[in-house]
Amino acid sequence: MIGGALVVLAIAAGLVLTALRDSIVFFSTPQMVAEKQIPVGKRFRLGGMVEQGSLVRGDNLAVSFKVSDGGATLPVNYKGILPDLFREGQGVVAEGAMDASGVFKADTVLAKHDENYMPKEVADALKKQGRWQEGEGGKPVMSQGAAKPVVTQ
Amino acid sequence: MIAEAGHYALVLALALALIQSTVPIIGARLRDPALMNVARSTALAQLLFAGLSFLALTTLYVTSDFSVANVFENSHSAKPLLYKITGVWGNHEGSMLLWVSILALFGGLVAAFGNNLPLSLRAHVLAVQGWIAAAFYMFILMTSNPFLRLAQPPLEGRDLNPVLQDIGLAVHPPMLYLGYVGFSIAFSFAVAALIEGRIDAAWARWVRPWTLVAWIFLTLGIAMGSYWAYYELGWGGWWFWDPVENASLMPWLSGTALLHSAVVMEKRNALKVWTILLAILTFSLSLLGTFLVRSGVLTSVHAFATDPTRGVFILLILCVFIGGSLTLYMWRASSLKQGGLFAPISREGALVLNNLFLTTACATVFIGTLYPLALEMLTGEKISVGAPFFNLTFGPLFLPLLLAMPFGPLLAWKRGDLRGVTQRLMAAGIAALLAVALVWAWTTGGAALAPLAIGLGVFVIAGSIVDVAERTMLFRLPFDAAFRRARGLPRAAWGTAFAHAGIGVALIGIVCESTWNTEYIGTMQPNDVAKLAGYELTLKDVMQRQGPNFRESLARFRVTRGGDEIGEMTPSKRNFTARQSSTTEAALLSRGASQLYISLGEEAAGGAVAVRMYHKPLVLMIWWGPVLMAFGGLLSLSDRRLRVGAPKPAKASRALQPAE
Repeated sequence: MIGGALVVLAIAAGLVLTALRDSIVFFSTPQMVAEKQIPVGKRFRLGGMVEQGSLVRGDNLAVSFKVSDGGATLPVNYKGILPDLFREGQGVVAEGAMDASGVFKADTVLAKHDENYMPKEVADALKKQGRWQEGEGGKPVMSQGAAKPVVTQ
Repeated sequence: MIAEAGHYALVLALALALIQSTVPIIGARLRDPALMNVARSTALAQLLFAGLSFLALTTLYVTSDFSVANVFENSHSAKPLLYKITGVWGNHEGSMLLWVSILALFGGLVAAFGNNLPLSLRAHVLAVQGWIAAAFYMFILMTSNPFLRLAQPPLEGRDLNPVLQDIGLAVHPPMLYLGYVGFSIAFSFAVAALIEGRIDAAWARWVRPWTLVAWIFLTLGIAMGSYWAYYELGWGGWWFWDPVENASLMPWLSGTALLHSAVVMEKRNALKVWTILLAILTFSLSLLGTFLVRSGVLTSVHAFATDPTRGVFILLILCVFIGGSLTLYMWRASSLKQGGLFAPISREGALVLNNLFLTTACATVFIGTLYPLALEMLTGEKISVGAPFFNLTFGPLFLPLLLAMPFGPLLAWKRGDLRGVTQRLMAAGIAALLAVALVWAWTTGGAALAPLAIGLGVFVIAGSIVDVAERTMLFRLPFDAAFRRARGLPRAAWGTAFAHAGIGVALIGIVCESTWNTEYIGTMQPNDVAKLAGYELTLKDVMQRQGPNFRESLARFRVTRGGDEIGEMTPSKRNFTARQSSTTEAALLSRGASQLYISLGEEAAGGAVAVRMYHKPLVLMIWWGPVLMAFGGLLSLSDRRLRVGAPKPAKASRALQPAE
């Protein structure tokens, strides 16, 4: 019986290790993308602020906008309905991959913030780069963050 | 005045908890019944004061007293009464107050109905409850006091986060907490047994009903939360492997394991040391869940923006209780005598297998949830572990568990006959194969795995039916004799059958929804028709409406199928004025177990509106399953043999119960 238990545990450990190798997604900001040379087609999460005035709505629910972390800016394409809390000048996290032309093609846009709360990854990244101003956007609030990952095509 | 009274009641509750956590233990050492009995009265008084404190906060919310910071932050005078009340626990401070109130409630229940417990065991159990309560009262009073006043009371509050203004929120957190906190009883019993160095089958008889109560609430709470996310967040997903969901799934998995190992302990007096460990782990995972959600270390829906002192404080509680109880376990577990031998192929063996898979599955969820945190702390690298990870690890571990599930209840205690059981399950196997063939033929060439998974679900359900049929000798005895046997069958046996069938039902729902879900995303003008899974959805018009504390734009859809009128669906988008934020109110139309789902996106120029529509086949089975499971748990709980707090003569229940 103990042998059987060990076999199950070994299989589970194997599964966990493979899954951890293949199915995790890294987080980057535009600055990190510029520095790191992420290969085309590799999935990652992009976080930053939606640049003011960059949102363009195309035909058939196609949208494009720019994500910036103060250091670098990256254009993003997305097709679908944006989450309730998506707004210019606010934090956003998108999941997808770079295409050959240097545009981030998002298939999921996450909105994990309300009107005065920024995604934690974004806030941390901005802080690390010294571009964080206390009291601006990142003010702790006592409410719950707002929504789960929102759209997947 | 009310705020101060509530605050004061909380301080008194803390003082009582401190007495409750020390005096009874001293009493047990000195064998002084009077001192041991202090546990009972303090637990009841603590419940009274925690309850008063909770009532005070509720009153402040109902009367919209914005001079209290917590009310100002999370309420609004125009909010409907229901959401004023549910708003009490829609925020960090209030939800922690709810947490301790429920803890006090469980302590009070043990005190009130624990007359049949040996005096020293009751004293120890309540003392451990007192430790937990004291720690959390201090946490609330020092870092998250909900009764703080504002120097200049504003006229109007900031309103509750709109996504939380929903009936789902009214029910989900209290259910979940009843589950989380309910496991504290099993924990306290385990620690008390370790302190006393004595444990027997009677111990399991006391622990099992409490664990069952907690498990029922947790099952319903998780299901409620999932359904709430499904209809409130507006994109039709029902499980995201979000860390917060995982935080509630982990205690459920280990709690389910505990429920099963406690059966072995009660009936066969075996697996004692393991059962104790599971009891400790289950509540530890509940505490971990509380920590993950309340400290804000996670980025997710429930992560309240952070105040680091809170995180550190809960982490401290976590370390003291988990570390302390595990140390006690290592030190004392060897003194507990093992008993009850059994062959690998037996009911006990099957339950061990169940435990093995459940705890391993729990461990994979644990790793997937905490790995990103650990990696970030060690290397600063940020990653996210999502559905692919859990599908790869959790899925394969659950398959053998489900395959083995119908065998368990049919195996005999001590030494089972696997071949005999296999023969008896033949009918279930045939039903499963038929289901696979049928689904295969019907969907021709679709996903290959889905029919197999549905077959597994059918096997599990049919296995439960076979179990009941075998016990009642249905088809072998005349029907009325079988019916008499069915009525005489212990409720616990019915409970097992229902709970196991519930898993099968949920599995079928999950597979159908994720395989044959169809969606339509696009912009629609009035009179446009969208076709989805054989239904025609016509947008009639979009209109504006004013609600109590929001404005909404409401779209009306006519739903027809082949020209037959079926109904109207009215999804809307609400704009909450106080917070300047909007929510999507999806419209649902149930057809049997399947649902049509519409949610609205942005309004485009010229009266066009972006819509997202889904047809979700058999989606409701995902939640019917847990409801069946909870119903099974309830049946089991009502079994005369382990009714909670059934007054029994103290002597009779103190004696060892014969195994059946």
